[in-house]
Amino acid sequence: MPSSIKINGASHDIDVDGDTPLLWVLRDVLGMTGTKYGCGIAQCGACTVHIDGNPVRSCVLRVGAVGDRAVTTIEGVAATEAGAKVQKSWLDLEVIQCGYCQSGQIMSAAALLANNPHPDDADINAAMAGNICRCGTYVRIREAIKSAAGNGGRRQS
Amino acid sequence: MMSTCAALSRRVVLQNGLAGGLVLAFQWPLRAAPVNEPEQQPDQPDGQFAPNAFIRIDNAGKTTLVIPQAEMGQGVYTAIAMILAEELDADYAQVVIKHAPASDKLYANPLFGIQVTGNSNSIRSFWDKLRGAGASARAMLIAAAASQWQVDAESCNAANGKVTHAASNRTLTFGELADAAAKLPVPDKPKLKDPKDFALIGKSLKRHDTPDKSDGKTIYGIDAMVSDMKFATLAQCPVLGGKVKHVDASVAKQLPGVNQIVVLDDLVAVVGDNMWAAWRGLDALKVTWDEGPNAKINSTDIWNGLRVESTKNGVVAKSEGDIDKGLTQGERFDADYELPLLAHAAMEPMNCTVRLTPGACEIWTGTQVQSRCQQYAAKAAGLPVDKVTVNNHYLGGGFGRRLEPDMVESAVRIAKQVSSPIKVVWTREEDMQHDVYRPAYRDTISASLLNGKIVAWKYKVTGSSIMARWLPPAFQKGIDIDAVDSAVDMPYDIPNKRVEYVRAEPPAVITGFWRGVGPNNNVFAIESFMDELARKANMDPVAFRLGMLEGTPRLKAALKLVAEKSGWGSPLPARVGRGVSAQPSFGSFIATVVEAEVDDVGGVHLRRITCAVDTGIAVNPDTIMAQLQGGLIFGLTAALWGEVTLEKGRVQQSNFNDYRMLRIDEVPPIDVHVIKSAEHPGGIGETGATAGPPALRNAIYAATGVPLRRLPIDRAAIAVKKV
Repeated sequence: MPSSIKINGASHDIDVDGDTPLLWVLRDVLGMTGTKYGCGIAQCGACTVHIDGNPVRSCVLRVGAVGDRAVTTIEGVAATEAGAKVQKSWLDLEVIQCGYCQSGQIMSAAALLANNPHPDDADINAAMAGNICRCGTYVRIREAIKSAAGNGGRRQS
Repeated sequence: MMSTCAALSRRVVLQNGLAGGLVLAFQWPLRAAPVNEPEQQPDQPDGQFAPNAFIRIDNAGKTTLVIPQAEMGQGVYTAIAMILAEELDADYAQVVIKHAPASDKLYANPLFGIQVTGNSNSIRSFWDKLRGAGASARAMLIAAAASQWQVDAESCNAANGKVTHAASNRTLTFGELADAAAKLPVPDKPKLKDPKDFALIGKSLKRHDTPDKSDGKTIYGIDAMVSDMKFATLAQCPVLGGKVKHVDASVAKQLPGVNQIVVLDDLVAVVGDNMWAAWRGLDALKVTWDEGPNAKINSTDIWNGLRVESTKNGVVAKSEGDIDKGLTQGERFDADYELPLLAHAAMEPMNCTVRLTPGACEIWTGTQVQSRCQQYAAKAAGLPVDKVTVNNHYLGGGFGRRLEPDMVESAVRIAKQVSSPIKVVWTREEDMQHDVYRPAYRDTISASLLNGKIVAWKYKVTGSSIMARWLPPAFQKGIDIDAVDSAVDMPYDIPNKRVEYVRAEPPAVITGFWRGVGPNNNVFAIESFMDELARKANMDPVAFRLGMLEGTPRLKAALKLVAEKSGWGSPLPARVGRGVSAQPSFGSFIATVVEAEVDDVGGVHLRRITCAVDTGIAVNPDTIMAQLQGGLIFGLTAALWGEVTLEKGRVQQSNFNDYRMLRIDEVPPIDVHVIKSAEHPGGIGETGATAGPPALRNAIYAATGVPLRRLPIDRAAIAVKKV
């Protein structure tokens, strides 16, 4: 079914079954492979994108349900103030290991900071507990969010 | 944007073997799959200075470092680049990193003799070779400059990608010297730097791979997009080892976006316009399986078999003193420990992209075994090995799962039935239910205590031999050197010791390496029993260990440091405990303290983790800290939750809802203290996975008095209230 979708500020024409999850439209139809498949059942958060600024799991979101709402992916999140801060902080604190989950981690963290500029530990837990990292970078994720928020944060030593 | 709007040709679609053209009309995709994948570049283009397999310098001075090891998050691309650049005196900020092609000849791991990233040995195994490679290239560049200037090479110096003759104030860049250097002989024994002169090694330099990983640019194997590619997903028999009996594809074939059904002896695959279309097609297939003999196998069969085998005498892997006499001295204690089957659950599910053309095969994947993937692809394709090109990628986690080539082999077999290139992606469920699993182990220990010290230690490992399947030469005289690793070299001063191994293969299950390999079994059993013995001796667990570490001073120092940094011995609330573990594994000496609380219903809450590590020369200390932080969480995840079970031959776990991972809200602060050392570098990637579980188990022991002897943690056994 031909339709169009707005991603990172640009409009894209697509022709897929409306039931197709947004994840596979991004990855396989549009070639935007920064958004990752991890579980397909909204358990791991690797596929997190923003819809009108809110974090959603694109593996369970029908593309037909997106409508004209704005989709932001890891490829475009640097254009947002919170996204750019989070990405910088992620590199400053050298959070990333294999990196496969980190698109989703960064998207969840950017949405958190955009909505709550000074999250405490409980806020971080609530916003980030849906994102699994198999390499176990959680300690640095927490510090990097605090650092991005200007709440301290330290390089682990 | 990488996408193009080229319409897929009708010819390609028809070749894909779908039934009616009428149906196809509605499936016409607007665009072909986008392409992101450069072809593999020839390894040594003309005009370059390429003195060895690792270093390429072109005339513009661009310095490319070809990294033999796979980057799966452990930071090896950065660490290896640092070692090469250190001895080369390259301009580190400008070096370019490249994945190595498949080649045992050029890139074999010196320890294994084949191209493999595993056993936490990239740095310790390649250390001398990489330093020599950098130093010999440096010597050739200096010789080229000295010759041009007609001065003594000794009077020249290299730094930051340039050679300088200070006396005459002349400088040439590596690029300007590349052609001349390429004509010189490669020195046999180049002079290595004195470690005190290291400018890069020992610094926490930024990783090369992380900027692209922070903005979605990094291409993992699963992201490969080649021209005219189709997407496929597969199902193997839910009963391990079963075969396909019959497939009814009548519904699946009619679904939009489904192009082709591939039925092989042991699997079915659906090819589609995208992964979702293929997946829906797979769900719609009605497959009748020939379940085979494993359909009767349950977890209890595996455990019962292991327990029976563990009563037999094993092959002796180590013997010191007189164990029989030793066990009669003092007071004797016995215990058995059991560890379950585990899945790897790398975040990036198994995948492989294949392009078959007449006489050639090209694959794109992320692997820890490039050359082995090449061999398996060649065999599956029916081609000579040199006709297969392996494009390796960053790995979305390896953990040992990508030491196997099965995802490559099956993808090539499917590709043989399909006229276009295909990307085969496993669903998470398929990934979890068709893993090669960490073996279940049973460890039986007898020890005797006299005057607060162990005088005899008899240790027997019973479990699958991974080496016998994976690297047969490493399985000799009935001993799997991995299965007894960290048991034959346990660190404590004990006069009478005996270590035995009983090979016991489980029914139905194929076993494989899992982060921490043999040591993650042995360190758990040894360190758990050490705590039980300390209690029998009425001694503090740290003091008990320190009294038997005269022969392993580096571990003793790490243990003292972690005790100090963790606040060992300071008071704690009720049902909160500290547990310690100490290990000499992978050439690194690591002591860990976990502080945990056990609630009334047996819930375990991590409060704090402290670790001290002597890994020899720390190439990049921040990476070492990161690997320990992450490795500890990996191991603790397994200790708290990890177990794969079988019912009627089927793996019962399927996804992250029933195979639990630790999440950020469950992870406490983790402090890692890196001890300065001038010793040869040790391994680090797996050490945390090994260190965490016994320290946690001992913390629970301290908090509750319950000596758990199985993993994962049994909540009911440590609860004071029934849920």
